[in-house]
Amino acid sequence: MMMKVYLDNNATTMVDPEVKAAMDPYVCEIYGNPNSLHDFGTATHPALRKAMDQMYEALGARDEDDIVVTSCATESNNWVLKSVWLDLIQNGEKDHIITTEVEHPSVTAVCRWLESRGVRVTYLPVNADGIVEAHTVRDFITDKTALVSVMWANNETGAVFPIEQIAEVCKEKGVLLHTDGVQAVGKIAVNVTKAGVDFMSFSAHKFHGPKGVGGLYIRGGRSLTSLLHGGEQMGGRRSGTLNVPGIVGMGKAMELANYYLRFEEQHVRRLRDKLEDAILQIPDTYSVGPRDNRTPNTVLVSVRGVEGEAMLWDLNRAGIAASTGSACASEDLEANPIMIAVGADNELAHTAVRLSLSRFTTEAEIDYTIDVFKKAVERLRAISSTYAYTPKKEGA
Amino acid sequence: MAKSDLIGGSIWEEYSQKVQDLMNNPRNQGELTEEDAKRLGGELIVADFGAESCGDAVRLYWIVDPKTDKILDAKFKSFGCGTAIASSDTMVELCKGKTVDEAVKITNIDVEKAMRDEPDTPAVPPQKMHCSVMAYDVIKKAASLYKGVDMESFEEEIIVCECARVSLSTIKEVIKLNDLKTVEEITDYTKAGAFCKSCIRPGGHEEREYYLVDILEQTRKEMEEEKLKEQADKQASGEEVPFKEMTMVQKIKAIDKVIDENIRQYLIMDGGNMEILDVKENGEYTDVYIRYLGACSGCASSSTGTLYAIESTLKQKLDPNIRVLPI
Repeated sequence: MMMKVYLDNNATTMVDPEVKAAMDPYVCEIYGNPNSLHDFGTATHPALRKAMDQMYEALGARDEDDIVVTSCATESNNWVLKSVWLDLIQNGEKDHIITTEVEHPSVTAVCRWLESRGVRVTYLPVNADGIVEAHTVRDFITDKTALVSVMWANNETGAVFPIEQIAEVCKEKGVLLHTDGVQAVGKIAVNVTKAGVDFMSFSAHKFHGPKGVGGLYIRGGRSLTSLLHGGEQMGGRRSGTLNVPGIVGMGKAMELANYYLRFEEQHVRRLRDKLEDAILQIPDTYSVGPRDNRTPNTVLVSVRGVEGEAMLWDLNRAGIAASTGSACASEDLEANPIMIAVGADNELAHTAVRLSLSRFTTEAEIDYTIDVFKKAVERLRAISSTYAYTPKKEGA
Repeated sequence: MAKSDLIGGSIWEEYSQKVQDLMNNPRNQGELTEEDAKRLGGELIVADFGAESCGDAVRLYWIVDPKTDKILDAKFKSFGCGTAIASSDTMVELCKGKTVDEAVKITNIDVEKAMRDEPDTPAVPPQKMHCSVMAYDVIKKAASLYKGVDMESFEEEIIVCECARVSLSTIKEVIKLNDLKTVEEITDYTKAGAFCKSCIRPGGHEEREYYLVDILEQTRKEMEEEKLKEQADKQASGEEVPFKEMTMVQKIKAIDKVIDENIRQYLIMDGGNMEILDVKENGEYTDVYIRYLGACSGCASSSTGTLYAIESTLKQKLDPNIRVLPI
């Protein structure tokens, strides 16, 4: 029987029906502009306040901190990097930013652009576990370092970075710390106050909220020049008419994500481990990074002799959505950078397949995926010129 | 950039139905052995091309009749994405029944065309053209093994862009004929560099011997040299070169000559003189900066009548776009 199985939740997620229900009244019924004086406008305020409460609560932010709603995490990442450049580097005070080799393009591409403007950028490599350790960050901070930008969890491997320790180093050295929390929020416990970060980006559609809305946490007292000037929305920090249904949806989604964290940690992790175990039983397969230091929903596997996109094709034919950051699937045909970064041997660089679950993934879906995955490996290894294939004997 | 580019598509949507069917059910996948060769009375050839670390690797099996050079049977194995599988399969299909000499003539473009649903719609998106190149290269490898010669001996000319099979001589010719100044123009004219992009500049998917950026620079240099030589030859043979086509040195010489022959004597007669300070290209104009000497400097006519006389003489004798600017 053909099933439809979505195992690409690190790319985007289904909007939780409860989130959709919360947003619904703010599309056709309570549609006023929150900045208007009249009742149509003010009618939106209770829901907006509630959404802000939900987000402050879920992320552990204090009242003096700002959680500024943006259009997406790409905007949030751009904002922090470009405004730190405007505020601390353009005046000659600092000239250096530290980040990692495995950030999302919305960090890496901005850094490359800043380099073209004369900023020095250090791209730290990850270790075999796929993370950067705090002492490595410490080694590269200088008097001229303006900002450290390190993701909280990696999109491809799920590896969780030691943000608290990195924050301690940054605090000690007096350097600002930004973290891209896109893959952490909703998957693991995220408490910005406890972690001690100065800025954190996040995006609603990664935790069963709507697309087109995200945010930037800014620790109380941190200045950051605005990128979008205009009206006085978001306390003047980010202009643009408030995305009322989006904000309401993001608040609800974050509340639910927080509520389901234990479920994520237990149930989703169990299903992920079951899938991973089954795949690792196939000879010559590997997964990247130790399990206990990964987001509970993610596994990046490598199947020797099988090119990643070919694997995706076979999975998709059977109704299963997965992803690969490698080679042929992208415009530039290059090997998966994370595979190179974690030091996988060259032969495996084009074989990575990412499977990412969600709280809506069922046991039946995982069983089906295991079955399909095994058959796909069998078929593609039979075609493969680089894998010595021994066909299974009948009845064996 | 335009309407159709703003929302990106999936490359899978651009695979032809034939490509998709071959990805799902390749016809010629598998191995051939010495026993198969014995059974068919032929010679077994096993050729490997590419490497897993590059993301593409293909192995081609042939059984060739040593008397007729005919390929009696063929199969392939491939590490690669679906289009690499489909291309390899098509390549094998095209080889079967041909002689080795006929088979080496099969190009990656033949392979791609054979996978089209409609004659004018490409079977794969541009970045996947590279997969069919692998299929083509492995044929040459197999033929070289069979004949005991170098792979290069099958290539009659230097191919710069393997995806579109554009040769070095074609690229140089197109640059010269059309006065091309950018790599983008080369791609528009020849399709070289439009596919996997490896041949544009170093650092792409694959290391190449020739890159479009270098070819362009070298060819432009050759064009400049040819132009200079041509002009020098023309001048030597007394032929007139239009002012616009002159080099800066030639322009200054020509201006100086006109002034010496037509102007200077009159200025000297009046106890004055002039010198050329600089000549600059200013868009369509050529600006000649001059300074008056002796009686001329400060003469009322120097900014009116005399200036007009100098400028109109240069305009008439050399080029209507010359402007004279006294300093």
